[in-house]
Amino acid sequence: MAKRILTVDDSKTMRDMVSYTLKGAGFEVVEAEDGVRALTVLQSGKVDLIITDINMPNMDGVTLVKRVRSQPSHAATPILILTTESGEDKKAAGKAAGATGWIVKPFAPDKLLQVVNKVCPA
Amino acid sequence: MSGSNFGSDELAQFRKTFFEECAELLVDLEERLGALHPYTQDVEGLNAIFRAVHSIKAGAGAFNYTGLVRFAHTFEALLDRLRDGKAELDERTLPCLISAGDVLAALVDTVREGKTADEAFGADVRDELESLMDGASGGASPVPAAKADAAPTGPQGYRIVFRPDSELFRHANEPLYLIRELKTLGTLEIACDTSRLPDLAGLKTDEAYLSWTMTLRTDKPRAAIAEVFEFVEDECELIIEPLADAVEATPEAVPQAVTIAPAAVAVPVAAPTVERAAPHPEGKAEQKASVASSIRVELARVDRLVNMVGELVITQAMLAQQFNENDVGQGGHKTLQGFEDLAVLTRELQECVMAIRMQPVKSIFARMPRLVREVSAKLGKTVHLEMSGEQTEVDKTVIEELADPLTHMIRNAVDHGIESTEERIAAGKSPDGTIHLSAQHVGSNILIHVEDDGAGIDRERLLRKAIERGIVSANAKPTGEEIDELIFSPGFSTAAAVTDVSGRGVGMDVVRRNIINLGGRVQVQSTLGKGTRFTLVIPLTLAVLDGMIVAVGEEKYILPLTSIVESIRPERGQIRALTGGYEVASIRGEFVRLVHLARVFGVPQAVGEPWNGLVVLVEQANGTKIGVVVDELIGQQQVVIKSLQDNFDPVAGISGATILGNGRVALIVDIEQLTRLADRPHPTPLPNTDAPSSLTDELANVA
Repeated sequence: MAKRILTVDDSKTMRDMVSYTLKGAGFEVVEAEDGVRALTVLQSGKVDLIITDINMPNMDGVTLVKRVRSQPSHAATPILILTTESGEDKKAAGKAAGATGWIVKPFAPDKLLQVVNKVCPA
Repeated sequence: MSGSNFGSDELAQFRKTFFEECAELLVDLEERLGALHPYTQDVEGLNAIFRAVHSIKAGAGAFNYTGLVRFAHTFEALLDRLRDGKAELDERTLPCLISAGDVLAALVDTVREGKTADEAFGADVRDELESLMDGASGGASPVPAAKADAAPTGPQGYRIVFRPDSELFRHANEPLYLIRELKTLGTLEIACDTSRLPDLAGLKTDEAYLSWTMTLRTDKPRAAIAEVFEFVEDECELIIEPLADAVEATPEAVPQAVTIAPAAVAVPVAAPTVERAAPHPEGKAEQKASVASSIRVELARVDRLVNMVGELVITQAMLAQQFNENDVGQGGHKTLQGFEDLAVLTRELQECVMAIRMQPVKSIFARMPRLVREVSAKLGKTVHLEMSGEQTEVDKTVIEELADPLTHMIRNAVDHGIESTEERIAAGKSPDGTIHLSAQHVGSNILIHVEDDGAGIDRERLLRKAIERGIVSANAKPTGEEIDELIFSPGFSTAAAVTDVSGRGVGMDVVRRNIINLGGRVQVQSTLGKGTRFTLVIPLTLAVLDGMIVAVGEEKYILPLTSIVESIRPERGQIRALTGGYEVASIRGEFVRLVHLARVFGVPQAVGEPWNGLVVLVEQANGTKIGVVVDELIGQQQVVIKSLQDNFDPVAGISGATILGNGRVALIVDIEQLTRLADRPHPTPLPNTDAPSSLTDELANVA
């Protein structure tokens, strides 16, 4: 069964790009546009990987990571945060919250798949 | 590092989404920027602005719009400082942020059009943004250049010691995957050290017991290996050393080599799956928040839907008419009932579909606070803008067409409506001016008021100017309201006239024309010394029209119901012929000019004399009433407007067309153009067609 990845971003452009790339590699993709909606998705079922943006309305990515980690059912779900190249402090904040790793925006599709492969191989 | 290896089709699609998103973000950005005030820390607002800029930057990066990325990066850096309280939102910063918003929008426009922005464009604003950051801890970190690729080829291999902490598992990292990844770089020999593994009873699921020593034969640089462990470097002990050195450093005890099998690493991965019995308290709120969702639909699809429903309405009307015309026979009333239900449902369906295109006027209202602030600052006035009814919805097309006229009116109100602070104080008024902008639904129209508490219209001066300019004849005695209407005259649209005449009139004729094009009208009410109120009445949608079908000879025309005051069957004695072949009708002591539709459009076989037909009294946007002479009224019907301009050039006197129940096309009459059309040489010749202006004067005197 295909692994299920949740992509969380308030930008549809980014969600589309992530989603398109992952689907092409055989993943099943679910989308959410902010942290609050992501948690709702997680309540309805397990995912194998979460890829989340940091800056989002309603609930930002770092808070989402903390919340996901605090739920026993998702304590071991890998989470990648999407950050810009200059976001060293964001990487650190994400890591401190419990993120597994990060993807630097903008990304090439191959790079995204390579990073995903490190934490959640297809 | 870009989206460049997406296929061109996908890229085009992503780009389209990106620009749609940018448009929304920029509207939000402008609105949020407009709501900021110096020396207040609106964290939520700043966060939203930051996110908008950040999203645009991220998307721009994906498409390699470097100029846009660069600018957004600097903009974002200052915003970041502001929201963290590291920089202060003072009188210098706020205008700079607003300019930055403009530059950002312009840059987005540039790349959308496929152009590259001039290097220098926006540089001044960027410098300003940067200088504002200097006060805080240093400037923006420069956008890091793409990392230099691959250092010279490394040695033939590395010895890698990898000893995870339990912390690694808490971040859901998985040594197995990392080792697999490492394997893609070359040939890998792996030895697993299981010596720290306790017996089963003492095993903790979240502890790390294993470590690995690996030999990787590869020509890749050290950085490539470090990158594999990039996410876990703080969560493990990691040694990466070139093989040549490794030979010297003899490892303590060579552990037993094992092949990578999931069993070797499975231990720490198992996570407890006990669900909490009680749901998370915030969980409920989250679910609620996510209920109100929306989808994004291409406008073209909605338009197609609107069109289809329009056709459906027409077909339904056609069927009903045919049914009524034919002998209904047995069970006819049941079918009739069915038709009535169908009519109701069709109408409801149409309303639902129209509602899809509806948007709150907020998107235009949101631009106004900034406009007021800028214009008033330039003029040295203090003007407050109060808004209400921002959520009032109107068709998207109407919104787009409304932006310019409204901007114009607000600017006028600040510039010319509100007096200078000194004048206000002298007049015993509050030194600060106020403008109210409001929207509300009334029937099938939206009403927009722009009201200022300024000096009002000085009718005496206005009339004097109008006479000077030959807009009004010197001996005319217009009423106060009629004088106010003069500000919509084209003659007052020059800037010079404006400052002279108590201020009003800058392009108000243009405003009125715009509103009329939307099927609406503008009214003005003013009290000297108290202020002026403009009212825009605009139909909610441009797609349907409540019309009156009238017959002229063999032809059918539609008159917009909103313009119709009444219809009368005049007595012969009510009609009076004037010089120049013009006719007026006396209706309750008031003289109204008559316009024969048959003559304007050259329709043969229509009734010649008004008393043999009907006079439909209509009111033009400027309040002028005219009597439209037709053969008879057929009935009232909501019609679906089909544009003529899409297929033909604009046709004078006709604003559109529709299809009637019998399948025939009927033209919709443009009331505003009727008088002008009646003034030009007619297809049906009239005696003595000369000097139309003398008639206007004559009429003015009669009235």
